[in-house]
Amino acid sequence: MPEWSPPEPKPGPLALFLAFGRIGVTAFGGGLTGWIMQDMVRKRRWVGEEDFLAGLAMSQALPGVNVVNIAIWIGYRMGGLWSAVFAALGIILPPMAMVTLFSLIYEWLTRYSWSQRAIEGAVAASIGLMLSMGVKVGRRNLRRVVPAVVMAVIFVAVAILKLPIMLVVLVVAPISVALAYRRELRDA
Amino acid sequence: MRDNIYLSLLAVFVPLSLLSVGGGQAVIPEIHRQVVLGQGWITEAQFVADYAISRMSPGPSSLIVTLIGYQAGGLLGGLLATLAIFLPSSLLMYALVRVWSRHRGARWQRAVENGLAPVAAGLILASCVTLLRAAAGGWMVPAVAVASAGILMTDKVSPLWLIGGGAVVFLVFQG
Repeated sequence: MPEWSPPEPKPGPLALFLAFGRIGVTAFGGGLTGWIMQDMVRKRRWVGEEDFLAGLAMSQALPGVNVVNIAIWIGYRMGGLWSAVFAALGIILPPMAMVTLFSLIYEWLTRYSWSQRAIEGAVAASIGLMLSMGVKVGRRNLRRVVPAVVMAVIFVAVAILKLPIMLVVLVVAPISVALAYRRELRDA
Repeated sequence: MRDNIYLSLLAVFVPLSLLSVGGGQAVIPEIHRQVVLGQGWITEAQFVADYAISRMSPGPSSLIVTLIGYQAGGLLGGLLATLAIFLPSSLLMYALVRVWSRHRGARWQRAVENGLAPVAAGLILASCVTLLRAAAGGWMVPAVAVASAGILMTDKVSPLWLIGGGAVVFLVFQG
């Protein structure tokens, strides 16, 4: 992948609202992070991968809905306060309309088994999107020992031991950052 | 009671916003405890339906609070509940990103970025497992997930096609 450079011109608040809104109404299955990464990093290239991942980890460590936090993270980079506000509104308001719509047709949806199946299938494909992002960033981190170990520890702690995410991040992240800092000093 | 339902909604959801560390899912049990058992705004059955709807619908599943707010206090209730769950934590995130942007390129910041990248990668991979565990649909789920991941990694196809494809595959083989 070629080195990332900031988009020129930067998208304005409206473009951010529409982009996040589009993700918000199409991202089935709870893997919103994967959708945002696919759209913002891969397709639009509004944010670099490293930058996205740093934002993602911080979004997880802070309270709040991760994807709203990420929208604020990306939005602010593109143009300060209003871009952050519109990006966040984009990931909140259109999905709000969707959830209202779904609540209206919920009875109808659950009456027929085929509509349930279709949603399950959409969810399964959506998990695949998350998986493709995971493999992509996973491969990058396998190149050196420390990141590979950090990644493995996080994975085991969260996915297998089912420890609380905040606890895991607050313990592992500072260690990982300290090791990265030592490396920076050594390379300098 | 009715006239301060709005204040009660804020009183319930604002603290939950700041407690939702690790994502909106973290506070779902607490939301259940407060709105069903504590306040009695909605019934157990309503909560279960709201939860299913919020998972089924695209977008953040924390939007369950929109439904609860609406059922407890009408349109304004829905809006206030949504605002209450998103705004406080968003202000915190905003403060962080401002500080972060002010120190662009500092050595500590490169270290934070490099140190957090594998943390985030591990979290993404772990969330795949969590999502797979939570999904209904049996062995077809991992099969379709792996297939669509494979397609996405080799082709520049829009994920929307895969979503539609996943739905069709499930209909054909399990409908």
